[in-house]
Amino acid sequence: MARLRRPKFLRNGKATAGALILLFFFILAVIGSWIAPYSPDATGPDAVVGPSGAHWFGTDQLGRDIYSQLLVGTRGVIVVGFAAGVIATVLSLVIGIASGYLPGRGGEALSVISNVFLVLPALPLLIIITSATPKDGGWIVILTIGLTSWAWNARLLRAQTLSLRRRDYVEAARATGESTWRIIAFEILPNLTAIIASGFVGTVVFTILSEITLAFVGINVSEWNWGTVLYWAQSQDALAQNAWWWFVPAGMAIALLGTGLALLNFGIDEFVNPRLRSGGRARVRTRAGRRLRMRVGFTPVLATVEEGEAR
Amino acid sequence: MKRLLTRLAFYLFTAWAAITINFFIARTLPGNPVSALLTKFQGQIDSSAIASLTALFGLDKHQSLWDQYVAYWGQLAHGDLGISFSQFPVPVSTLIGSYLPWTLFLVGTATVLSFLIGTALGVLSGWRRGSWTDALLPATAFLSSIPYFWLGLIAISVLAGPASFFPGSFSYDQGLTPVWTPSFVANAVQHAILPAATIVISSMSGWLLGMRNMMVTVSSEDYITVAHAKGLSDRRVMFSYAARNAMLPSVSGFALSLGFIVSGTFLVEIVFSYQGVGTLLLQAIGADDYPLMEGIFLVITLAVLAANFLADLAYLLLDPRTRKEG
Repeated sequence: MARLRRPKFLRNGKATAGALILLFFFILAVIGSWIAPYSPDATGPDAVVGPSGAHWFGTDQLGRDIYSQLLVGTRGVIVVGFAAGVIATVLSLVIGIASGYLPGRGGEALSVISNVFLVLPALPLLIIITSATPKDGGWIVILTIGLTSWAWNARLLRAQTLSLRRRDYVEAARATGESTWRIIAFEILPNLTAIIASGFVGTVVFTILSEITLAFVGINVSEWNWGTVLYWAQSQDALAQNAWWWFVPAGMAIALLGTGLALLNFGIDEFVNPRLRSGGRARVRTRAGRRLRMRVGFTPVLATVEEGEAR
Repeated sequence: MKRLLTRLAFYLFTAWAAITINFFIARTLPGNPVSALLTKFQGQIDSSAIASLTALFGLDKHQSLWDQYVAYWGQLAHGDLGISFSQFPVPVSTLIGSYLPWTLFLVGTATVLSFLIGTALGVLSGWRRGSWTDALLPATAFLSSIPYFWLGLIAISVLAGPASFFPGSFSYDQGLTPVWTPSFVANAVQHAILPAATIVISSMSGWLLGMRNMMVTVSSEDYITVAHAKGLSDRRVMFSYAARNAMLPSVSGFALSLGFIVSGTFLVEIVFSYQGVGTLLLQAIGADDYPLMEGIFLVITLAVLAANFLADLAYLLLDPRTRKEG
């Protein structure tokens, strides 16, 4: 039986680690509410007690099980993060490519719009929009986050499209009479894949952090996610009560998920740009026994290095 | 010069967009703040005061939208951002004015520090690829994925406390009055160390990563090889040849990440109960104080735009190519 070969992309250690972490949280998002030992809203007699056999991560001020809150909350984090990430990525694709490919004023105008969204501070904008809309439903939050976090990506895509549109192969396609849509879909889009992928991962990190932040400041706390847990910890003075179990696991979960996504992004970056790979050891021993530091841009000839010439 | 004018025009346009967004959000607010106020101060407000309150909050529905918009601009021109609901009847501008200096102090110091430290580490790790500096990458990826506010919580619970050197809350000891005396300044700095360190640690990695990638790209350029071949010292090539060119994207990115850092600072302030705009914003959210929220959004946006303009000026100084054209 032939051994299953890993896809080329996943042979990078960082990318594999990132993908595994992401897979772990996906599974939790699906089964979280089934394997949670309690309902996240079920109150109990033990208020603010530390981790024990009955409550792995302790309880909050109403005796609710924090472990269950985190498990159930995983779904909210993943769904909102990825849904908003998809919305933002699609928007950035449309606006980025259009502003890079369209000649003249139209492209410039789109570019100005994305710059405006880049410069506006995101958190206060998110807060005034979400607080002005009805409180029920995560959809408002998803839409608002999605509609406000596309600009960075659109800028990158625009820059790349601008450099692609004058390449010879695109000119050739235009000369043979291919339609604009065909050129964009079959000539330009495939060459943007890497930027789109890493942009999507970066956007998801951003949307997840935004979502958790919104919950942390007290917007849309009726649905459980990790930010909601932190919101209650902050508003009930978990710090003053020394209730570390209340906020440490939630933060670790965020950090782990974020690290997974960041590692995945390093993997994509290094897959696309081999220069960024860390490569082997920088110090090598020459035949003469000297230790030599490999410098970027240099290829030392190890065999003929003499004393004094190494520098 | 032409470039500078273009940028100025862009910032004016962005400011206009922010103000207009703000105006329209104010018009779509749920509920009627005047009736909310009436229930809050039951019996204390005369029913005849309702009309004047309605006018005060800019809720007069008889005006056309355009007239309201013009009136809104008129108010802004006088620095009038409306009146806070939660701390009635204090004007929003007075509230923000008393909290804003603390935020500017915190954001300013933390941003400059994180830019300097992050860029320096990025230069090193890009130049010395393959040495211990490679370990900085996963470490900073971890640090940057931690939300600012959570790092702040950990910092407080580990480092701050009644007996500790680091105070866990407020921007100065509550017994003191804010005046420019050495002892007060020392006290304020002592209170700022932990929040600032939190922001620096979590925002540093962006600079580091960008700088490292640019250093790696720049190091294989011909002019670096030429500089080496001329026999210049490694340090000179690293700083004056590679780093100076690799820094340009970081400087132009400086402006863009500022909004992000400001958002993070708000959260750090909330965690540290620092008397800045972030804490004020949290109070506003808790009390559904819309005029205050919008005032904060507006003031912060204008501040970020002004800082961006300064970053553009710095870019002009660093990159001679931008000065030549025009």
